[in-house]
Amino acid sequence: MSVNDKARIPGGETFDAAVVGAGVMGATTALFLARGGMRCALIDAGGVCREASGVNAGTLTLHMTRAALIPYAMRGWDMWKNAPDWLGGDPGVCTTDGLSLAFTAQEAALLEERVEARRAQGAPIEIVTASRAREIEPGLTDDARLVAHCPMDGYVTANLTGHTYRRALVEAGVRLYENAPVTGIEAGDGGFRLAMAGVAPRARRLVLAGGVWLEDMLAWLGLRIPIKALVNQLIVTERVQPVMRSVLGIASGLLSLKQFANGTVLVGGGWQGKGDRARHTTEIVPDNLIGNLRLARYVVPALAETRIVRAWLGFEAETSDALPLVGPLRGIAEAYAIGCVHSGYTSGPYFGRLLAQRILGQEPEMPLFDADRLLATP
Amino acid sequence: MIRDPEILILGAGPAGVGAALALADHGVRALVVDSGFAAGGQVYRPMPDTFAPNGTPGLGPDQEEGARQRRLLADSGVATAFGRLVWSIGTDLRVDALGPDGPEFWRPKGLVVAAGATERVVPFPGWTLPGVMGLAAATILLKSQCMLPGRRVVVAGCGPLLFAVANAVVKGGGQVVALADLAGPGTWLRAMPALLGRPGDLLQGGAWMARLAAKGVPLMFRHTVREARALGAGLKVSLGAVDANGRPMRPARDRTLEADSLVVGHGLIPSTEALRLLGAEMYFDAEAGGWVPRLDDDQRASRAGLYAAGDGTGVRGAVGAFLAGRIAGLTAALDLGRIDAGQHARAAGPLRRRLAQARRFGRAMSRLMAPPSGLYDALDAHTVVCRCEDVTRAEVNQALESGAADVNQLKSWTRCGMGPCQGRMCGDTVAQIVALRTGSRAAAGAWTARVPLRPLNVEALAGDFDYDDIPLPTAAPL
Repeated sequence: MSVNDKARIPGGETFDAAVVGAGVMGATTALFLARGGMRCALIDAGGVCREASGVNAGTLTLHMTRAALIPYAMRGWDMWKNAPDWLGGDPGVCTTDGLSLAFTAQEAALLEERVEARRAQGAPIEIVTASRAREIEPGLTDDARLVAHCPMDGYVTANLTGHTYRRALVEAGVRLYENAPVTGIEAGDGGFRLAMAGVAPRARRLVLAGGVWLEDMLAWLGLRIPIKALVNQLIVTERVQPVMRSVLGIASGLLSLKQFANGTVLVGGGWQGKGDRARHTTEIVPDNLIGNLRLARYVVPALAETRIVRAWLGFEAETSDALPLVGPLRGIAEAYAIGCVHSGYTSGPYFGRLLAQRILGQEPEMPLFDADRLLATP
Repeated sequence: MIRDPEILILGAGPAGVGAALALADHGVRALVVDSGFAAGGQVYRPMPDTFAPNGTPGLGPDQEEGARQRRLLADSGVATAFGRLVWSIGTDLRVDALGPDGPEFWRPKGLVVAAGATERVVPFPGWTLPGVMGLAAATILLKSQCMLPGRRVVVAGCGPLLFAVANAVVKGGGQVVALADLAGPGTWLRAMPALLGRPGDLLQGGAWMARLAAKGVPLMFRHTVREARALGAGLKVSLGAVDANGRPMRPARDRTLEADSLVVGHGLIPSTEALRLLGAEMYFDAEAGGWVPRLDDDQRASRAGLYAAGDGTGVRGAVGAFLAGRIAGLTAALDLGRIDAGQHARAAGPLRRRLAQARRFGRAMSRLMAPPSGLYDALDAHTVVCRCEDVTRAEVNQALESGAADVNQLKSWTRCGMGPCQGRMCGDTVAQIVALRTGSRAAAGAWTARVPLRPLNVEALAGDFDYDDIPLPTAAPL
């Protein structure tokens, strides 16, 4: 049966493209598709940027970005820095220095290896002396054995991202379906039909951007790609006087520490909680909360006198090789996926723009990350 | 204290004590955990041991009942852990607390949540000024510190606490400049039949009103606080008339009074963070004070091993809380196999009958405490709704206009509820405002419950440690 045969459901509008998943990557793709002249629908089970894109640390870092993604992350960093130009607003973007620290001989060796790999990809990271590190970050402990500095770092205020994107999307004419879970997709001759409560929009092109739920979405199209769900822990303090000005991490990547303009300090770094993506539940692991907090307090001693007021968890999607899934899906015309971009906040908007270029028939500025390598062989 | 309780009771107010006594009767190893230094909760809050006041202003016979419950708890031999902030509860029922000796945790088989209630204050211009405090907050000063909230006090809001606090202020030698009650005398009269179920309390309420009248305290029915302004170290408080729905009337006849403090409250809200954190099924019940857990007749919540009792399951008062706590304890003993269904029924039956009577009274009280909807209409654009983050009504409205569809999205966009009170003070007001747009409180939703359940000091939680003591997970990929 073709798509055209089953368009009898009221509200079954036809779009040039439907993007399922309204996180940073899906929303950026939709935004650039709409600006490229397409009638575009953006559909999410919740609101715009309410999952990983609204609750994760929002760190814009090259220290923690996988080496292979450094060129993408640098362009993504530029996009965030100039968000008003293309997003029409500022979701609390702050660009500042980033330091990565080593406290043991093992961490120092790891840091040197990581710095070298990232420099080879063009990241402006360099090892600095302890006194230079203290100049950059007066709040830093004296105990660091080795410090790497990158002037391209910073953060986005993740809870403001959705607000900013939503306005831009509405202005660009993207049709938003919020709180509208898609329960299945049928691929037919001329496109796709999306099963949703009450309406069944159709689209000539389909972009799956469902984060950790990508695995289930791909299965609708008969594709088996295992996607791992990381459950990242975040902790935030009450507003306190300035205790730091940079973004701080450690060599292993297990710390991401920053103070927002409002005085709250965000502690992250990918310590894991428990989570069930199918049931949409998460739960902190108390020992990991205490461990993460000890690390933060060790790095910035002034945190000792603050209080934490909230901790939560955000899902992060990862492929089997921990590299992105961004590009067309094999064997299904005009179906695409975008997601699993390690340190996705930094590179996310850039990958969205690249995929939109590809869908609009242009040559993407940089290569995409094909799904073929990830498809489980039957 | 014991390391391995079978049942952990969260909260040592009347519901928690009731549960502890029932569990002790049947040989269940229970542990009562509370942030206070002794049992009693807010209603029976004791004075510190080291404190020997000259005479007690007090708040009636509550003190005797509190002392009785503390004696019963001590005699029962149930283990207690006071001075503990419970900050995390896992779905495996691991309970983490921060106490005088740092972090600790227990892994009970069952959990009785007896978390009590939080005070509601509907905002008005000036409600964040020093000298303005809640009615329930004033009762803490009076009960546990024998301290007046001020020499010259304006008491305002709704519900029985108005008269209890005003009376205690007068008894303690203070002056009540005015008492502004949102309700009219008719409201109290209509509540009479239900209140008659507890004639002792009714007599006491009547005695309070009579004493206030005899002392010449102006009792201003159908009045509310319009505004408070700072005046030197004190306050200028404007009071004005309202209609039956709490909407302002006759503004030309507003009165402005000078006072040291303004004590104002609009009832109590069940504290349900722990239950919501565990994913217990909840529903909104305005008459019970807000969101409450769905419980069966035996106080079981919607997941195995989880029980709840007291004002945290719907504000019904201390007498009902104690009885419901006892039933929860009996049910936990039944589920652990310590008693059979017959024993449970024989013991719970009489408690349930008394509980039904206590609840009739409690419901009537709850109705008197519920703020009328017009109070929210009167909230103007400049009034601060979230005092931790300084979010005004106008900012809340703006977020609603740009598409925020529930309280959590609103929180994300405005930071409303993100401060150190963790949304306890603004949550109910914000949800009322959102509900004006979404059509119902159920659609407006409730804050997602988060750990820590109370703000925690980093140093206390992190403790004394070396870098090697940090259990670092494996590194992220290159």
